[in-house]
Amino acid sequence: MIPLLVAALLLVLMGIAYTQGFSRSRAIAATGVRLHSRPAYHGSLVAIRCLLPALLVLGLWVLFGPGMTRAFIVAQLPPDVAALDEPAFLTAVRRIEAIASGFGVAGQVQPYEAAAGEAVRRFHTFALLVVMAAAAGVGILGLLAALRRISPTLRARNKVESVVRVLLLACSALAILTTVGIVVSLFNEAFRFFSFVAPADFFFGTVWNPGFATTGTAAIGEYGLLPLLWGTVMIAIIAMLVAIPVGLMTAIYLSQYASARLRNVAKPIVEVLAGIPTIVYGFFALVTVGPFLSDTGAAIGLDIRATSALTAGLVMGIMIIPFVSSLSDDIMRQVPLSLRDGSLGLGATESETIRRVLLPAALPGIVGALLLAISRAIGETMIVVLAAGNSPVLRFNPAEPVSTITVTIVNQLTGDADFAGPQSLVAFALGLTLFVMTLLLNMVALYIVRRFREQYE
Amino acid sequence: MTVSIPPDNTGAPHAPVSASAAGPAYGETVRTPDTVPRDVRLRARHVDVFYGDKQALFDVSLDIPEKAVTSLIGPSGCGKTTFLRCVNRMNDTIEDCRVTGEITLDGQNIYDPSLDVVELRSRVGMVFQKPNPFPKSVYENVAYGPRIHGLARSRAELEDIVVASLRRAGLWEEVKDRLREPGTGLSGGQQQRLCIARAIAVSPEVILMDEPCSALDPIATAVIEELIDELRLLYTIIIVTHSMQQAARVSQRTAFFHLGRLVEEGPTEVILRHPQAKKTQDYITGRIG
Amino acid sequence: MADIAVDIAELANRRRLCVRASLSRRHLIERLFRAGGLTAIVIALGLVATLFGMMASKGAPAFMQATLSLDVTFDPAVITVAPPPARAAGQSEADYRAAMLVWQRQVTLANWSAIVETAVRNAAPPGFEIDRRGALALVETNERHRLRDMFVADPGLLGQTVRVDMLASANTDNWLKGTINRALPDSRQQLSRQTRTLADTLLAEGKIRFAFAWHLFTNTDSRSAPAAAGLAGAFVGSLYMMLIVIALAVPIGVASAIYLEEFAPRHRVTDLIEVNINNLAAVPSIVFGLLGAAVFIRYFGLPMSAPVVGGLVLTLMTLPTIIIATRSALRAVPLSLRQAALAVGASPTQTVFHHVLPVTFPAILTSAIIGVAQALGETAPLLLIGMNAFVASIPATPFDQSSALPAQIYLWQGNENRNFFEARTSAAIMVLLGLMITLNALAIFLRTRLERRV
Repeated sequence: MIPLLVAALLLVLMGIAYTQGFSRSRAIAATGVRLHSRPAYHGSLVAIRCLLPALLVLGLWVLFGPGMTRAFIVAQLPPDVAALDEPAFLTAVRRIEAIASGFGVAGQVQPYEAAAGEAVRRFHTFALLVVMAAAAGVGILGLLAALRRISPTLRARNKVESVVRVLLLACSALAILTTVGIVVSLFNEAFRFFSFVAPADFFFGTVWNPGFATTGTAAIGEYGLLPLLWGTVMIAIIAMLVAIPVGLMTAIYLSQYASARLRNVAKPIVEVLAGIPTIVYGFFALVTVGPFLSDTGAAIGLDIRATSALTAGLVMGIMIIPFVSSLSDDIMRQVPLSLRDGSLGLGATESETIRRVLLPAALPGIVGALLLAISRAIGETMIVVLAAGNSPVLRFNPAEPVSTITVTIVNQLTGDADFAGPQSLVAFALGLTLFVMTLLLNMVALYIVRRFREQYE
Repeated sequence: MTVSIPPDNTGAPHAPVSASAAGPAYGETVRTPDTVPRDVRLRARHVDVFYGDKQALFDVSLDIPEKAVTSLIGPSGCGKTTFLRCVNRMNDTIEDCRVTGEITLDGQNIYDPSLDVVELRSRVGMVFQKPNPFPKSVYENVAYGPRIHGLARSRAELEDIVVASLRRAGLWEEVKDRLREPGTGLSGGQQQRLCIARAIAVSPEVILMDEPCSALDPIATAVIEELIDELRLLYTIIIVTHSMQQAARVSQRTAFFHLGRLVEEGPTEVILRHPQAKKTQDYITGRIG
Repeated sequence: MADIAVDIAELANRRRLCVRASLSRRHLIERLFRAGGLTAIVIALGLVATLFGMMASKGAPAFMQATLSLDVTFDPAVITVAPPPARAAGQSEADYRAAMLVWQRQVTLANWSAIVETAVRNAAPPGFEIDRRGALALVETNERHRLRDMFVADPGLLGQTVRVDMLASANTDNWLKGTINRALPDSRQQLSRQTRTLADTLLAEGKIRFAFAWHLFTNTDSRSAPAAAGLAGAFVGSLYMMLIVIALAVPIGVASAIYLEEFAPRHRVTDLIEVNINNLAAVPSIVFGLLGAAVFIRYFGLPMSAPVVGGLVLTLMTLPTIIIATRSALRAVPLSLRQAALAVGASPTQTVFHHVLPVTFPAILTSAIIGVAQALGETAPLLLIGMNAFVASIPATPFDQSSALPAQIYLWQGNENRNFFEARTSAAIMVLLGLMITLNALAIFLRTRLERRV
């Protein structure tokens, strides 16, 4: 109700301001004077100058209003109630709020409650009126001031456009803000973690065995990163062993050999793989690939666990295939056609041309693409959560379960909101490690790819 | 390496001969035979080329003389490059391109299914419009062809081929100290000569050149033209050019294409000085083009 | 000179021999290489087929569920409650509700299990021996609450007998579909021998049939009644998040792309923003989850498990994708269009908003839809802001606790009743994939449709 009222007020203000500005400038133009800007811009400018102060007032109310209301309610309470302990006091306040809203409360209403409720109700109405009036007042003041400034030489268009530009700039600054938010929050919480555990023990520890939060601070456990890091790296290696040959060969075949018809069918289908949510891959790994690998292993006398580094790596490889293939396809497309012609013209076969000319020429770009793919594999979460087996022990056999950085972040943080102990804070130290690793990979990859593009531009 | 240039054997004055009188009776092409007979190992007969539904060449028949330069001229889009690319089947790489008729090399139809296109292209080399050295070293660029075809039994042999090819392309003196540097670092004219050296290294019998100087400055162009003139003693060369001056400077025979048809062919002298066909005259005098 | 000519002829001869000798080997390699490429494509396509085939074959049965048609008697001897209270004049809303609640509690205390049990016994063949637990095990536990709700909504049912379609329990469903090994001994079966026999009999008599599982879409998640668990809560949670993403990520993303591509002066700061955005696009999604947990929940004090937090996190995650796609769309607009507008006196802002943007609209729309589809399937960050919590209600506002489609899938795949929930999870995945494919198809459709017009 109230938001609707406020919105209506703002809309009315805006409408009035715009039409006023529009007609005033139109009137000036009618006298034969040439305006710098068209009336629409004058209208917009007046509307902006009217709305900004009104929004400012409303913003102040949103910031400070609840505090003022609360203070008013507390002031209505009799001293003995105000002196109650925290939960009882809050209940009293909530009852008064309920009475004031007209909903009423169950049970007997105390006389002081009824009185306070009535006072609060009046306060609400009064405050709303005052705030609306104040907003409308400053809005109209802004409107009048803006109207008086309308003149043929007023560069209304430029002013409106610079407001638009400031808005656009603010939007693009949000990206920076996000990065800052990530860096600050990760560092902040990671530092809190390092007040419990020495950085050296974290980064070079080989044992991961965090204590349970409920057992108290006496045994906080061991937080060695290396088993998780190794699990992450091993899975990423397996994934790349799957994705590089299949992805690269797919890209080569589709771009060099396939007929237009096959390409038009196969390319979108392969790209469907890229759009599948990772949770789906995780489930696929868990119920199909894992049992399949374990059965196959049993058939040939190998002990392969259903949830293992192998399962997770294999499925992650599948996930990355379209990533590798479409990036490599893009990169190979950048290699000028004339090189291919040059090689074919000498009598080279297609595969000789690809292997000896196109691939070497595209190599830097492809390496960059592969680095991006690795960074994605390292940061991938759901597949490993479901299929890697969650066993944070240093193991070198890919057929055994492992754990990764991302899995551990999920395990340590899920369902915990207060981040008090190292058990949950470690998630941020792990997140920081992950962020730095992927950031470095991305920066190098993007640099290489950019250099490569420039070479052929 | 210098090669002395023998007197041009097309220099003798020509008696213009009309196609109907002396030319072979194929096509509508106006033909003027050479006064000095030349060997012919490469012949095109009734070549039509289609890109999808669009026909790009109409019934082209042309004899290419041995150890001479034949230039193909005509306004852009007239089919001269298309014809050139038919000769080593580079058109195969373009999807939905179809060639009918026959082109024979030593009597064998190069479009015969039994013919190996790899072998054909090792016999018919090609130099492209824009210099396209591979992003490898100068040495590796030239060694590429011999390597893939297995022409050298040893490293020393390969080196000999590379050096000889660079010499023959007149590039040796300029790059002998930079063999390990990337070929893309050379100047435009040097790059184009590198591409010529790369083609020569396979010892082809025919070299196709698709406007080899169009991306080069006049000085580099002059160097390449001189080189072409030297190479004609060793190879059969077909060159596409948009410049009549260039055709006059480097070629002994000229074929004029217009709208996909071979309008006239004959000794360069005749085509450029005394064209027989009306369209050729128009082109030479600048009325079409 | 003649020497050289001879030399050349000889070289050509040698070359011919060498090439001939190498041909068969080279063509073999060529064929192998080509076969390798074809194999790679077959593998990739085969994987797509396997994945979809597996989801479809596992998930399809979950859309049909065993349903009992029973005659239920609302027996006054069992349901012994007073008539519902009426609202007295002058009674406050709160007081009336309290009275209503008291009555409803009484209704709940009635022995609804006995009513269900009787209905099952009546359906069984005459003389069939089955104990109380065995009879109740046939029907999903939520159905007695449904009978109660029916009665609360219409107290006039007392004493009547109504035909009601009730969901069979998850174990019954498993047994009838054969998702559990029917050859297992009694000790390892979830249902007693009597219950299993009764289920088979009722199926043969047509009193149990497989009906389309509408409740999969209309119910919320449930732990006590797994057969009745549905996606409604997750749907609404995802819907809220997508609305937030559409409302925030799309305009902000397009605006910043416009600024960066059209207005930003080329200097260090904009270079920094550019590098920054490219890197953000490749930051693992789980890091965004950490950001959400630390900033939105801990610092701003927004509620855990709320779609509003999920929406904000997904917005930040989708932004770079939309910015990058929009920028490349803007870059594809030929300079001549801008110059034409500028040449007739339009300001740069007018040029962009009146001329450049309309041309790029299809591409921007497409990238926005694809970005939203991506956000729809994202799971990892949701786990960190508590959206994998069990929530058994449909969120009324984006600030309420809620699940989301991918988080629901994560929850279900971990359910102990593996036999039943494997199909359930696959069905949920089919729904999610269906939504994403629809979105992508919409993007493609709009792009072709709009581009033709422009």
